[in-house]
Amino acid sequence: MKYVLMLVRSDEAWEALTDEERDYPAIMRWFGELAGRGVLQGGAELQAARTATTVSWDEGRSILTDGPFLETKETVGGFAMIEVPDLDAAIEVAQSWPAQSHRVEIRPMVHH
Amino acid sequence: MVRDEAGRLTAALVRLLGDFALAEDLVQDAVVAALRSWPERGVPEDPAGWLLATARRRAIDHWRRQRRYEEKLAQLVREAPPPERADEVDDRLRLIFTCCHPALGREAQLALTLRAVIGLTTPQIAHAFLATETAIAQRIVRAKRKIVAAGIAYRVPAAEQLDERLGEVLAVIYLMFNEGYLATAGPSPDRRDLADDAEWLARLVVRLLPAQPEAEGLLALLRLHRARWAARFGPDGRLVLLRDQDRSLWDREAIAAASELLLGAMRRGRPGPYQLQAAIAACHAEARSWEATDWRQVLLLYDALLRLTPTAVVRLNRAIALGHGVGPDEALAEVERLEPELRHYHLFHATRAELLRRLGRPVEARAADGRALALTRNPAERRLLEERLAASG
Repeated sequence: MKYVLMLVRSDEAWEALTDEERDYPAIMRWFGELAGRGVLQGGAELQAARTATTVSWDEGRSILTDGPFLETKETVGGFAMIEVPDLDAAIEVAQSWPAQSHRVEIRPMVHH
Repeated sequence: MVRDEAGRLTAALVRLLGDFALAEDLVQDAVVAALRSWPERGVPEDPAGWLLATARRRAIDHWRRQRRYEEKLAQLVREAPPPERADEVDDRLRLIFTCCHPALGREAQLALTLRAVIGLTTPQIAHAFLATETAIAQRIVRAKRKIVAAGIAYRVPAAEQLDERLGEVLAVIYLMFNEGYLATAGPSPDRRDLADDAEWLARLVVRLLPAQPEAEGLLALLRLHRARWAARFGPDGRLVLLRDQDRSLWDREAIAAASELLLGAMRRGRPGPYQLQAAIAACHAEARSWEATDWRQVLLLYDALLRLTPTAVVRLNRAIALGHGVGPDEALAEVERLEPELRHYHLFHATRAELLRRLGRPVEARAADGRALALTRNPAERRLLEERLAASG
């Protein structure tokens, strides 16, 4: 099964942390370890939601909006695509995510 | 009868077909057919065979529609004989753990367990929870879809996860029991069937998964509660509190057997919340009278329980023991500290009322009883509170 782990955070709170508190070395080790096990299929950290540009359509005409599709306190701050045997294995990966100020939403991917 | 066979059959079919949702549907259809046919024509000689044959017919209909008829039919005909015993144990445990997977919400776990493991029909579950059939059917469909879509594995959890996952199963059983023991609302104050089902399932788990002290503790707890069943309601359906119960109506043999089971669990040296709750229930069940209750022991057990599960409700129950073991002043002070968390819980107000009465503050007691009454829908509890209010007015 393939899953996307959505790394949900408050941009504001994340930006208020010091480098030490964010502990990127631990995050890099996490990605590295998953890649080493052949579990990781891709992933990235995203810039803050305020940098988003949203495209939508109105009767066939596209419209651009400055900002995310929904203004919320918590947004997707990153993601990891993984392939593991089942949900229990995905939960285990999610539980090992080091930045515990995040929440991790596990979403199974639709396979076509 | 249906209960025992349905869960066994579902468990076997899931493994056979590799499709949780389909297997559960087929068995559900067979159970509905059984409930229609058995009361009229009598229980067949081989109920399991009857259910399997019916489920098999439904499966064939299903695959005929699905145009995968031949391939799957061959599989079903080849593998259809009832499974062997060793497989069966694993099958049933897999089914229980899948229905109680922590990725499903508690209500979904409960509804699914009642359907797939116990074999209740959707209308029966709806009746038990005073919910509409549509709501229950939706809850079950959503849960089954999630199992398939999210990749919840059909298996018994690995050893290092077993404690945590067994905890989920036990929580579902205890919730089922409490729904039956003292339903939150509705016309009949207790719904004995669900409590019966819960005890049956607890026994099944203890049998399939031996040497698990918390499972044994829960089974002992349920049996201790049930041993007092006959004394819990008066002839007119009124709720009788523990203190006022006629202890000669308690089932002494059942109490002794449950205490024995509990001792066996505790000897395993891995204490837990269900064992402690059962030990508290045993203290009450073994006391000759309310006055003769060993409150110091009860209080010690609550202290231990509070360390494992530091919740406001446990603190409230501990405060009641404190009221008898130490005194109403200390108990009232402790109860009032819980107000922010429990002010919407009727037993918080009822407990406070009781303590205020003992302390000779009847006006405040009356007000607290009034708040408790406004917060419960259970008819037997309402009646008790109404009578208290009438007596104090």
